[in-house]
Amino acid sequence: MTPEFDAIDRIMRRGRAIMLAGLLAVAGIYVVALRYTPPEAHQGLAFKIIYVHAPAAWAMEMAFVLVGVVGALYFWLRDPRLDVFGEASATVGMVFGTVLLTTGPIWGRTIWGAWWAWDPRLTFTLLLYLLFAGYFALRSALRDPVERARFGAVIGIMGTVLVPFIHLTVYLFNSQHPLPVLGRPPCPPDKPGCEPSLPWVLLKPLLLSFGAFTMLYVGFVMTRYGIGLRDAATEARDAE
Amino acid sequence: MTSIQAPIVDARGLERRFGHVVALRSVDLTVRSGEVVLLAGPNGAGKSTLLRCIAGLTRPTRGTVRIQDQQLRLDPAARSAVGFLSHQNLLYDDLTARENLRFAARLHGLDAVERRVMDALDAAGLTQRADTRVGVLSHGMRQRLSIARATLHAPAVLLLDEPFTGLDAMSAELLRTGIADDVQRGRAVMCVTHQPAEIWQLATRVVVLDRGVVKADMPRPPALEDFLARFRQLLAA
Amino acid sequence: MTVGRAALAIAAKDLRIEWRHRTAFATSVVFAVLVLMVFVFARDQGSVSLTTLAPTVLWVMLALATVVTLNRAFLLERENAALDGILLAPVSATALFWGKWLANIALVMVVEAVAIPLWVMFFNVEPSVRLAGIGAVAVLAAIGFTAPGTLFSAMAVRTRFAELLLPVLLLPFVIPPLFFASQATVRILGDAPAGDIWGWLRLLALYDIAFLALATMLFPMVMDQ
Repeated sequence: MTPEFDAIDRIMRRGRAIMLAGLLAVAGIYVVALRYTPPEAHQGLAFKIIYVHAPAAWAMEMAFVLVGVVGALYFWLRDPRLDVFGEASATVGMVFGTVLLTTGPIWGRTIWGAWWAWDPRLTFTLLLYLLFAGYFALRSALRDPVERARFGAVIGIMGTVLVPFIHLTVYLFNSQHPLPVLGRPPCPPDKPGCEPSLPWVLLKPLLLSFGAFTMLYVGFVMTRYGIGLRDAATEARDAE
Repeated sequence: MTSIQAPIVDARGLERRFGHVVALRSVDLTVRSGEVVLLAGPNGAGKSTLLRCIAGLTRPTRGTVRIQDQQLRLDPAARSAVGFLSHQNLLYDDLTARENLRFAARLHGLDAVERRVMDALDAAGLTQRADTRVGVLSHGMRQRLSIARATLHAPAVLLLDEPFTGLDAMSAELLRTGIADDVQRGRAVMCVTHQPAEIWQLATRVVVLDRGVVKADMPRPPALEDFLARFRQLLAA
Repeated sequence: MTVGRAALAIAAKDLRIEWRHRTAFATSVVFAVLVLMVFVFARDQGSVSLTTLAPTVLWVMLALATVVTLNRAFLLERENAALDGILLAPVSATALFWGKWLANIALVMVVEAVAIPLWVMFFNVEPSVRLAGIGAVAVLAAIGFTAPGTLFSAMAVRTRFAELLLPVLLLPFVIPPLFFASQATVRILGDAPAGDIWGWLRLLALYDIAFLALATMLFPMVMDQ
């Protein structure tokens, strides 16, 4: 084993450890959420899905934004590792996107009575998901890794600029997604229609699960990044 | 002519990778005015990649190329110093011979476009077919038109990638006359070919490339047979 | 060689080639009419009237016909490696992008000029000054479709699946301008107040400017082989 492969192995080992810790944390949060917290006032049991849904949304957006950021950096630094990271982040973004697009309709069916209500946030997720499906389709059709890196970076940057326009589009199109449960103003006691901010007992596991999903993102990306580096290094060795 | 001339082509430490395949590794090459350099080497030696790097079509992974002291990749205006004859003819089949040359002339920002185009068609023996679509011209005619296209803007260096492939005797002779003429005017020529006999008498220098490395760089030996024996030795080593 | 002159030379060359056999133009128009037919026959005649369907069909037709037209631009450069001929000339990649984009937008506008009257006829849209408004929206939308489209077609053409990849890459970028344009169309046809229509046109124009600028910036990276 060369020092290069050793370094890659270290990255992957650390990635797997963080990933495992993240998974354990999510499992722990669910034990707490299902066993020890009361059902939410309006939504009942269906509310529990928020502990994966909301943090997965956060992780997916972070993943895709980072693809655009490393894309811009690539044109500056031309370091092939940036593309390996971009691909890893996009892959992990797709995984979290899949979580969003499955948990969203399950929750929607219970609360709205429809699997898909063209709610802006879910539609936004679907469009981003399709955009990155195109990113992977293009990559798989290109043989030269340098060209793959350049084109991947171009799509990453284009996608990042498209994001605000998709946001605008889906919001102007339709809006019935519940307001974000964080940072809602407290209700005055004389207004019956007002939805209160989330009680601390429900909020605490949610905040913890944002942390757990961030860990999952880091763990997944490190592992996937390591795999990408190893593939590139193996190919380079075989080409010698 | 002075004894020390500024090089027309000056390539330093050229390296080009396609993914993990290394096409060129650390190639240094200078070509001066009046030289005709024959680039020889087995398939996949990096000959075409070297020409494309010099022409500015391919970005070197490392190293620099200067043409008359200008870097083409930084200064597009300097690209007119290069004429490139690829093994593809770079022509539009749906345009006529005249339209193809006219378009090339416009891109190069030439003046007196119509006269230049007419002269070039004449030199290529295509005046009669000037308004025929390229798609229906014979292979030899297309090749001659392609040569006319590559030299229309009077480049300082002419890069030829397998120019004799599929060329009939008349067109090959025309190409040789053109090269001799270019050299007279102080241009430089670099030629990649599998048929060294076609250009042997005109060549002044031979460069052997193998697996992306310059194996030999020498004045042209008088006899082709001597060179071929040396060539086989070099590749076996 | 100025960027403008080089771009015009490239666009003129593209349009001359297109004029010679008119394949892209004819195919796109036939395709547009077929899309129109598909909608008419797939609709529930009992509940969806042609009038209700008209704006939807217009924008699906124009968006898809545009995507079909765009592949042409760089496919014709692939023949005989003609693109190398342009890259060898003292012409910047920016000029190449603008030349290709100008040829694309000209072709798309010609297709629109034929397809919109056909739509008026098939959907019994009342001819009036409102059609001028729809024409203006169509031009703005065409800019929004072709700016990213020209960039992506240059990338897609580097693969063996250009015809399949381009729509997959481009359609996410078609959705915002398509939505803005169809909202504007509905309001124009419904005689909505001018301010309401302007709002949508401004969004469309903003999208056009943003992506024309971005595609111009990124195109040299795509060409940098």
